[in-house]
Amino acid sequence: MYGKGIIKGLSVTLKRFVDTYLDDVVWWGRRYFKPEGIAHRSSKNTRGIFTVQYPEEKLPVPEEFRYVPFLVYDEREDGSKEIRCTSCGICAKVCPPQCIWIVRTNDPKTGHPVPEPAEFFIDADICMNCGFCAEFCPFDSIIMDHDYEIASYRRNVFNLEHLLKPASYYKNIRPINYQRNEHERQAKLAAKAAKAAAESQTLA
Amino acid sequence: MATLDRTDVLDLAALAPGGVTADTRPNYEGWIVDKARLIEVATAVRDQHGFDLLSSVTGVDYFPESMEVVYHAYRTIGGPGLVFKVQMPRQDPMEIPSVTRVWPGAELQEREIWDLFGIRFTGHPDLRRILTWEGFEGHPLRKDWREAFYEDDYKPLKSRWPEGHYVSAEEKSPYKDNLQFPPNFDPEKAVFDGEASLYGALAKYTTVDSGIKTDHVVLNLGPQHPSTHGVFRAAVVLDGETIVSLKPVMGYLHRNHEKIGERNTFLQNMPYTDRLDYFNSMSNNWGYSLAVEKLMGVQPPERAEYLRVIMAELSRIQNHLILIGMLLNDLGAYFTPALYAFEERELILDIFEAASGSRMMCNYHRFGGVARDLPDGVLEKIRGLVEERLPRKADEFERLLSENEILVSRMQGVKVIEGDNAIRYSMTGPVLRAAGVPYDVRRAQPYGIYDRFEFDVALRQHGDLYDSYLIRLDEIRQSLRILQQAVKQMPEGPIIAGKPQYQVRVPAGEAYGRIEAPKGELGYYVVSTGRQNPWRYHVRAPSFINITPLEKMCVGQKIADFVAILGVIDIVLGELDR
Amino acid sequence: MTQSELNSPGYEIPEDLQYAVSITTLDRLYNWGRRSSVWPMMFGLACCAIEMIAAQAARYDLARFGMEVMRPSPRQSDLMLVAGTVTKKMVPNIVRLYNQMPEPKYVVAMGACASGGGPFKEGYNVVAGVDKFLPIDVYIPGCPPTPQALIAGLIKLQQKIDRQSIRRVRWYQKGADTVEIPVPVLGPDLMDPRRFAEIKRLAAQNSAAQSDAPAEPAGKA
Repeated sequence: MYGKGIIKGLSVTLKRFVDTYLDDVVWWGRRYFKPEGIAHRSSKNTRGIFTVQYPEEKLPVPEEFRYVPFLVYDEREDGSKEIRCTSCGICAKVCPPQCIWIVRTNDPKTGHPVPEPAEFFIDADICMNCGFCAEFCPFDSIIMDHDYEIASYRRNVFNLEHLLKPASYYKNIRPINYQRNEHERQAKLAAKAAKAAAESQTLA
Repeated sequence: MATLDRTDVLDLAALAPGGVTADTRPNYEGWIVDKARLIEVATAVRDQHGFDLLSSVTGVDYFPESMEVVYHAYRTIGGPGLVFKVQMPRQDPMEIPSVTRVWPGAELQEREIWDLFGIRFTGHPDLRRILTWEGFEGHPLRKDWREAFYEDDYKPLKSRWPEGHYVSAEEKSPYKDNLQFPPNFDPEKAVFDGEASLYGALAKYTTVDSGIKTDHVVLNLGPQHPSTHGVFRAAVVLDGETIVSLKPVMGYLHRNHEKIGERNTFLQNMPYTDRLDYFNSMSNNWGYSLAVEKLMGVQPPERAEYLRVIMAELSRIQNHLILIGMLLNDLGAYFTPALYAFEERELILDIFEAASGSRMMCNYHRFGGVARDLPDGVLEKIRGLVEERLPRKADEFERLLSENEILVSRMQGVKVIEGDNAIRYSMTGPVLRAAGVPYDVRRAQPYGIYDRFEFDVALRQHGDLYDSYLIRLDEIRQSLRILQQAVKQMPEGPIIAGKPQYQVRVPAGEAYGRIEAPKGELGYYVVSTGRQNPWRYHVRAPSFINITPLEKMCVGQKIADFVAILGVIDIVLGELDR
Repeated sequence: MTQSELNSPGYEIPEDLQYAVSITTLDRLYNWGRRSSVWPMMFGLACCAIEMIAAQAARYDLARFGMEVMRPSPRQSDLMLVAGTVTKKMVPNIVRLYNQMPEPKYVVAMGACASGGGPFKEGYNVVAGVDKFLPIDVYIPGCPPTPQALIAGLIKLQQKIDRQSIRRVRWYQKGADTVEIPVPVLGPDLMDPRRFAEIKRLAAQNSAAQSDAPAEPAGKA
């Protein structure tokens, strides 16, 4: 019969159409605007309406998600910011399109470099979100952000002020990475403190 | 004719004594052929020794002594390839005979070498610039040619740290922009004739006296056109609706991948390879890692190899699904099959996002393994997709489309290309296999752990549009077979050999790493001089080379068939133009 | 746009008339109509185009915003979503297409490459951001911006449209309806006709400087 193939195809479309109603009935009340509904619509059992209605329903991003980077600071007791970045420059060297500019200053008294960046610029209009800066930072101080709602009416060159975000935010978006890295970081700091204590002992 | 044994090692020097010497540079392979004997050697290599597929022709600038043209040839029955080079002293004019009379597939690649290096090919049918435009000043890939935003020969750049005061590149350049002009240039007086050579290259149409006075139409399809899959342009001469002559124009997305690649370090090139064939970043990364790992001599651990196979095959499935969707878009079924394909693709992209951090630009491979292990729950997701959902969906696509009368009448019988022509024009990938030639790099020269999996090479006989569509469904099913085995067999263990490091020093030498990308054979030719940055970095792009016989495929067909043929060859502009 | 957004503030409408009566200004009504049916032009250049198509597809349905009609023809579209790297060879075509679009028209630079050259900024064939030629309304960074980021950017465009006013828009003023941008020419390098005089002056300046400075060696480091 001529037209059998078309009818076969249309039956597939009809089945999908019916599925949109069936799935709504099976998941009545839980399908839209609820996290379990969103999870169902992103699973292997999804059928029917596949749409995740941004901006009312936001599809959660996985932990490894990479967007523009940000710098981490720890909050001291007096409320001031302790920037983790020591301006070692590894992120600037490893960045493929070279979109990170860092100014490192020297302490006028000792002549050693100050472990804090004087200026730090990232040109987000060049950044390719590759994640190398975060992957190779030895101090866990530059992390890839999850925030993708950064459209603006102007060009996007971010300075140090704009890039700083607290460590609590880092813990929030990347809990597994934070746990693993925090462990290593605390061990390193403890070793450094022990060495400093031993040196001051021998001096005294 | 010599026996076509897959493993015999060819002694090219014995073939043409006096004209061929072995390449004895450390870590280099192959032969150096005399310029005058090139055509003779090439013909002998093709006819007597069965090297019928010329995979890649590329140029290398060994500043300041010489320039070189490197040829990679393979046999379609499989096995290792043959590398031979022609050297010439580095002074203009540089001319060498064109091998298009032996392997017509070299046509576009030789045009690219003329455009980017300035080496002329005598005997080439149509030697014009291809990636830049007629009138462009200079030959960009030469080592002494500097672009407007030039800062240094190698990255990392010193201006970023420790005195990294932010200065935008525009402020540093003499024209305050990414421009450079010859000295004392006056734009108002200059006259440019860029398109004349293109229209001159189109065949002249001879009026056939059939009683009615007719005329021919020159039509430009693209670069902005809904069906050219990106910014690709074809200038066609039409007689009514029939195509009489066709010339592809490309370079509208030429992003200087190779020039930037020479400035990057080896590791920094990895995210750039994502952006070549932007649908399949997992495959692109793998080809590049293969080439560099050959030079470095590292072998990834077991788990990393399995992860690579899983990601590459998932990538192949989503590529073929999109292709079917977009092909049907071009044929007029807007937009239903594409929406169904995108739904499955989104589920696969969720896996890529969870594993690597990004949906499309995965940047997942490193030299010696992969960057990150699978987070918890992702392997279950892959299993669910691969064992339950995707096989069902492949069948659903078959039911939806394969017997559709409109599809069959539009696609069956419209010949794309014959098998032996496809080989002569260096086509690879599904289009070659749809024409009856069972050449698949995963079987011809297995890389990674593909020799452990049981799968068939998808093959169809007729070489028309319908077979080219059906073979994609076949390949999806074979990929699912591989995935089901890989997911069962994957062991625990480390995911990278050695410690991850950002200062990767690669020993000097050359390597050609090739994989079966979803679009064809994707090859990377890397030359290193022992430092952190490559000396030469070339991408053998399947889309670029599959376009070579486009004129031959389309002449005599209707303009509506041109759209379908272009859709089925599966081009993506990121790798076509690089 | 909800009822509360359409209504002008300060007017109390009784409960039972909420869905039948609305007191609004002409500006709000006009902008509401325009921002709810922005038709993008099918203009994907590179990788960002795939995320644009994915935003169009089932999961992130742009049809919910009225943008489902993707017209290939510039004469029928309102929004040029420059998605992908803008190369010098392609710029004359982009400018011609922009000139062919009727007012009101908007341009959104999607992705790092269209906003500022992106990772390919140093290339010899790449234009460092399409705002060198076209006026851009919204910049969306990312490489590529996920479909959710793209929709966030388009919502920002809708907010910009909401702030426009009939009294001040260009196409209702006296004079030319649209501003035509002269099409650039491909010579030894890309030439913008608006900068011909400047190029001539700088070329003369630079060749004088080059003939003074000693020749520098180039190549292997």
